Amino acid sequence: MQVYLDNNATTMVDPLVVQEMMPFFSDMYGNPNSLHKFGTASHPAISKAIDQVYKALNASDSDDIVFTSCATESNNWVLKSIFRDYVVNGDKNHIITTEVEHPSVYAACKALEEDGVKVTYLPVNSQGIVESHIVRSFITDKTALVSIMWASNETGMINPIKEIGEICKEKGVLFHTDAVQAVGKIPVDLQDVHVDFLSMSAHKFHGPKGIGALYIKNSQKLSPLLNGGEHMGGRRSGTLNVPYIVAMGKAIELATTNIEEKMASIKAKRDRLEDALLELSDTFVVGDREHRTPNTILISIKGVEGEGMLWDLNNGQIGASTGSACASEDLQANTVMLAIGADNELAHTGIRLSLSRFTTDGEIDYTITHFKKSVARLRAISSSFAKVGPTLGGEAKECELHFH
Amino acid sequence: MAKNDLLGASLWDAYSNKVTTLMNNPNHQGEITEAEAETHGNKLIVADFGAESCGDAVRLYWEVDPKTDIIVNSKFKSFGCGTAIASSDIMTELCIGKKVQEAVKITNIDVEFALRDSPEIPAVPPQKMHCSVMAYDVIKKAASLYLGVDSESFEEEIIVCECARVSLRTLQEVIRLNDLTTIEQITDYTKAGGFCKSCIKPGGHEKREYYLVDILADTRREMDEEKMKAAADAGSGGSFEAMTLVQKIKAIDAVVDENVRQFLIMDGGNMEVIDVKTSDEYIDVYIRYLGACNGCASSATGTLYAIEATLKEKLSKKIRVLPI
Repeated sequence: MQVYLDNNATTMVDPLVVQEMMPFFSDMYGNPNSLHKFGTASHPAISKAIDQVYKALNASDSDDIVFTSCATESNNWVLKSIFRDYVVNGDKNHIITTEVEHPSVYAACKALEEDGVKVTYLPVNSQGIVESHIVRSFITDKTALVSIMWASNETGMINPIKEIGEICKEKGVLFHTDAVQAVGKIPVDLQDVHVDFLSMSAHKFHGPKGIGALYIKNSQKLSPLLNGGEHMGGRRSGTLNVPYIVAMGKAIELATTNIEEKMASIKAKRDRLEDALLELSDTFVVGDREHRTPNTILISIKGVEGEGMLWDLNNGQIGASTGSACASEDLQANTVMLAIGADNELAHTGIRLSLSRFTTDGEIDYTITHFKKSVARLRAISSSFAKVGPTLGGEAKECELHFH
Repeated sequence: MAKNDLLGASLWDAYSNKVTTLMNNPNHQGEITEAEAETHGNKLIVADFGAESCGDAVRLYWEVDPKTDIIVNSKFKSFGCGTAIASSDIMTELCIGKKVQEAVKITNIDVEFALRDSPEIPAVPPQKMHCSVMAYDVIKKAASLYLGVDSESFEEEIIVCECARVSLRTLQEVIRLNDLTTIEQITDYTKAGGFCKSCIKPGGHEKREYYLVDILADTRREMDEEKMKAAADAGSGGSFEAMTLVQKIKAIDAVVDENVRQFLIMDGGNMEVIDVKTSDEYIDVYIRYLGACNGCASSATGTLYAIEATLKEKLSKKIRVLPI
């Protein structure tokens, strides 16, 4: 058996989605901008996909939802165009975001800092959640944008987007949310919450990689990131990626239809897995289940280094993820882990398991067995569980962790 | 960046078969107790390095024969990734059978080399070199406990990059000899900073005493100071072209004072040196006429030639005088 539990990284494309997109590669391949019938043949399918996306998010017709290449593009578009429209060509100079954003927001903010923008990186509480009163306290009349993720990719923790939206509305500050980990996992209702901009990506909800979207409330001002042939009403140039747009429409429809039911089914499996893993001694899971996306577990296992654990899971045909610094190219301790970590150990012992609607009970059983076996093996090797202590004078010094 | 960097390398695929095998089945994982060592009439040494909060920790066990100082048995415990476990395992293997005084000479480079499948191909990708450094550090610690000395005493030089074992002195020499100006160049010339990157600048995987950015800045500053001093020495020795800008202006003023100014003042005028610009071909002296000289017909012809000829004769043939 092999088990894929890294669905916060990417998901399998639903075969129904593949089926939907296939005709637009070699049959209806025309450029939708062309006047001839080859070009217009795909129009009904694109219109349908647009309807599917608007319906899934409960967006109004006066809003724009513009297809992009990915959420990284959507996030960069918002940040860089807000900089252009409200900082360079306006009187604002401040952006508020968090310490736990995805790199496509975090690194884009770092780049804007080099261009002279003041950026506030808000902390999260021990649950990994941004508290709305903290957002309020940092907004000034120079604040151009608040950008806060809806749910965390690492922990699954869900931020109080409705409250933050209300605060931004009241203060007259633009609000962007990176909803990559929310759309398709939990209900996202744009009539219920006030957000000005919202980023999403199809491959997180069983659509293909290479297609995402940006929601823009009331079709408001946001200068384009890509200039060119005035596609998507001039908001985002580049020939429409017809098969992928069709796929995204189908994928979001499949993910959001009866979402409560789907959530309950995933949550039941997730909770069963979590309960079983917490039977292991010296473990803990970040964040309470009620404020977490129903598919995510970030578990710390004392004495077991994250990459070592991934290795053993991989040997058992289980794909998971780690926030461990050791597994990253630059060995930097993970900022998200440090931001939430009451304990530095989590930065090196965290394993993230993320389920999907395709995860089966059999896979959960298999994972529980193999996970426990791996922990037992690695703890047997681990110095953290060694019995014979060091010779007098042979003790190690604690190290200092760096927070960049 | 080039074609081969477009798809980031797969970390685990870069591990040697030895690393993979030892990670899955380490040979020397375990503990040695005081009682065991005593039964054999040996001394037990247990040393720790690193901590769980740092991301890797290792505990090394040595059973040493006190009569011969030979390490007769060695085991380890490790909190770390695959390469940390494999490095620890090969480290214990390298220790067994050696005298403590010999074992302390095992470096992280020996550990990494022992993990290779073939001598030419590294056992681990660059960012994992760091794991073998722990092995080196913990051996020094164990040896210091056994011999009752400070573990610093085993190190003859100040090592800046532990992964590639590059010393402070080597770095300073290489920067000077090759006139290096960037960290990338330092890494190309010495390999320092090419592995775990901790030594490049503060804020990396671990805190270091010396950072490449500081060493580069300090060495460059020393080089600049030396260059300036050399120029000053050359200037006071009379070589106009080797002088610094300030020295040049002073020298020009001195020549003007002695040979030119008195004649200008007699005619109710004067001049001042505004700037000196040096190119390969010329040294351009920019001057401004004052008083009666300003607008005087001869100021662009006879007087100018006289000033230029004097400066050429006294200082350098490359001088051109340009009134503004």
